[in-house]
Amino acid sequence: MASASATAGRSIFSRPMSTEGFGGWITTTDHKRVGVMYFWTSMVFFFLGGIEAWLVRAQLAAAELNLVNEELYNQAFTMHGVTMVFLVVMPLGAAAFNYLIPLQIGARDVAFPRLNAWSYWVYLFGGLFLYSSWFFGAPNGGWFGYAPLSTQIPGHNMAFYAVSLQILGLSSLAASVNFITTMLNMRAPGMTFMRMPVFIWMSLVTNFLLLFAMPIIAVALFMLQFDVVFGTQFFQPATGGDPVLWQHLFWLFGHPEVYIMILPGMGMVSEVLPVFSRKPLFGYAAVVFAGAAIAFIGFGVWAHHMFTSATGPVARSAFGLATMFIAVPTGIKIFNWVFTMWGGKIKFNSAMLFSVGFVSMFTIGGLSGVTHAIVPHDAQQTDTYWIVAHFHYVLFGGALFGLISGFYFWFPKVTGKLMNETLGKWHFWTWFLGFNLTFGPMHMSGLLGQPRRTAVLPAELGGDVELYNLLSTVGVGVLTVSASIFLFNLIKSIRSGEASGDDPWDARTLEWTTPSPTPHYNFAKIPEVTARDEFWHRKYAESEDGRAVPVPVGASDDNAGDAHDDHEHIHMPDPSYWPLVMTLGLFPFGYGMVFRSAPLLVIAAVWMLAGFFGWIIEPVAEGDDDYDPDAPPRGDDPDAPPRGDDPDAPPRGDDPDASSSGDSDAHLAPAAH
Amino acid sequence: MSAAVEETTLGLDHRKLAMWVFLGSEFMFFGAFITTYLIYLNTTNGGPGVELFDIPFTSVSSFVLVMSSLTMVLGHHAHEQGDMRRMRMWILATALLGMVFIGGQAYEFTTFVKEGLTLTTSPFSSAFFVLTGFHGAHVTVGIIILLGLYSLSLTGKVKKDQHVKTEMVGLYWHFVDVIWVIIFVVVYLIPSG
Repeated sequence: MASASATAGRSIFSRPMSTEGFGGWITTTDHKRVGVMYFWTSMVFFFLGGIEAWLVRAQLAAAELNLVNEELYNQAFTMHGVTMVFLVVMPLGAAAFNYLIPLQIGARDVAFPRLNAWSYWVYLFGGLFLYSSWFFGAPNGGWFGYAPLSTQIPGHNMAFYAVSLQILGLSSLAASVNFITTMLNMRAPGMTFMRMPVFIWMSLVTNFLLLFAMPIIAVALFMLQFDVVFGTQFFQPATGGDPVLWQHLFWLFGHPEVYIMILPGMGMVSEVLPVFSRKPLFGYAAVVFAGAAIAFIGFGVWAHHMFTSATGPVARSAFGLATMFIAVPTGIKIFNWVFTMWGGKIKFNSAMLFSVGFVSMFTIGGLSGVTHAIVPHDAQQTDTYWIVAHFHYVLFGGALFGLISGFYFWFPKVTGKLMNETLGKWHFWTWFLGFNLTFGPMHMSGLLGQPRRTAVLPAELGGDVELYNLLSTVGVGVLTVSASIFLFNLIKSIRSGEASGDDPWDARTLEWTTPSPTPHYNFAKIPEVTARDEFWHRKYAESEDGRAVPVPVGASDDNAGDAHDDHEHIHMPDPSYWPLVMTLGLFPFGYGMVFRSAPLLVIAAVWMLAGFFGWIIEPVAEGDDDYDPDAPPRGDDPDAPPRGDDPDAPPRGDDPDASSSGDSDAHLAPAAH
Repeated sequence: MSAAVEETTLGLDHRKLAMWVFLGSEFMFFGAFITTYLIYLNTTNGGPGVELFDIPFTSVSSFVLVMSSLTMVLGHHAHEQGDMRRMRMWILATALLGMVFIGGQAYEFTTFVKEGLTLTTSPFSSAFFVLTGFHGAHVTVGIIILLGLYSLSLTGKVKKDQHVKTEMVGLYWHFVDVIWVIIFVVVYLIPSG
């Protein structure tokens, strides 16, 4: 233990200090780094989900093909769905929450930085755990895992499904508690609710949805897992178990879940459209309240996924009506986005193209969604490719287009560089073409009666369906090329992109007031917020005829010129390895649950308990405890104010001698900054 | 993490706000389990049903748990007054009452199993054991946290002026009690009555 003696007083409970290199990343508590890790991890899973999509599309390229057997086909479409929902779209939203929430509300970090890092690690390990199931038999009962079908599948497949989704849910739950606290409690002075950027509003709504929807899927997954692993009788029709109960619980989570996936994209588009139309968002309050209304109604429409299950005519009518109602706030948003662009000075760069793509593609998906509200019509569509077409138009054409738009928009803030615009436009147009080529024909094949989740395309469905399927498979090829362009552009721009400057888009919100890339502490000085679109109002005033005129530099009190000048010691959260240590305990937990192994569960329990207490008693790197007014200053920070050097220095103003002594004033001035 | 309260937007400590938010989620968790139990109330698959419940016994253990909320309040009050010795005493008493409750639950479960109601008997039995079992797990976690609070106050990690830490533990503990009151009424009393 040479190192222990060298650094007297340091124990395993001491905090890691370095933010450099690999160790700096795995112990980071910086919301921006956590966001970046979320992004790259979901990119890897996006690639894996794409391979699974290829398996499905290759098999369906022509009728009566047998490229993959039925078991592998079932695993491929199940894993594709689970991956894209839980490991790609939701984490991409989380990446944006992480990076942007503190920046947009004018805070220096989230409320609980270690818990935030923990959420990321749990997500990563949940994903790794799920993918380890390929060695034992991957989940094969569809992403919604309908019981009692899923409880009767032999093998560990659905146990893996239940446990890994449980772990991923834990990550989302912890993150939602953290983000809600951050957004409610850490806003910069002056940022009232109705001054919050729309992305923050949509994040707040999304995280409340997560908070209330995740426990329901947790309950359903516990029941499923206990049925599969421990022999409980929740979904066993033989002993009187209700075969529809799972569907109710799953969709009571599952429908809010679709809004969990789309609302972050809606928030991003609501930020991008005003910037590139050079107009404020049309109907800010309407957009905000429509988002909240979607969340409320979203908890009351779940049974439209079950119109062909045993729910009864009254329930069908009520849920059909509620489903039509939820189209109203969604429509309000679409009109507001269109009116935001109306009459604006529109600049079509990559970010804007993806936003416009979002609005148009999501509208198509929304319209095909309204057809599901009509019960007899829905009975025709259930389990056909019409459904597959619909939800890809809202999730791919909607959520993913929105997230990519946001990615192009905020890339300069994260890296300080611009994405290559030519490649970005190539990416958009190939993406747009490939997307419509893949999912457009599914509307047709679905209406012609092609069933979902069928491993072999039957020849008797006819040549039309075969042609549509071939087009879809070709579309996946185009999307693959497009994704490669994106990846190439991404790496190229990170390495040698043009410098972006702090505010390349002439944007409107607080994150653009910080330098690019954003420094560790975000804001040298916490901003004071006086208006919605705060940054815009610092840059522009309104002339008498309603036009925006630039505010001369230095004329605005808010726009302090020395914002980057840092004299104050900013206390930032220290790195910590406990989030990662805690997460490692989930491995024995997961396998112990799946394989019903008591020793593994005991190891997991002891491990996580130890991790829990290690976490609690971990000290702050600077000193013994959180706040101790008499603590000596950090020795290693040359910029720290020298106030602590002289603990007996009188408080300012208390001592008449202090004010007359020039020496004492100079001594205290930086501390009072 | 421990920003002074006056610096936060809502004037609430982050940790307290986060605990309230988390408990909102927990209500949905138990709500879904209680609903499932009610759906399966009569689905006993020929096995024993609610007639097995020993209401006087469960009333006593419920009383014990509710009393633990009182000791928790006294513990928090003592901490606010800065009386760490009394705070520790009440925290320990709360943990002990929780353990008595868990002991009662263990006794109740073994009795039921002996009388033929096991985890795998019927949807009713599964719903009962998993619901009350998850509540028991929450109480157990609460006991561990209480004992942690007790020991950390001995080592000086929980200081005199940090009564917000005791308050947070208290919020969780009261929530677990409130859920038990709901379970006792909805799961035990009404169906048996």
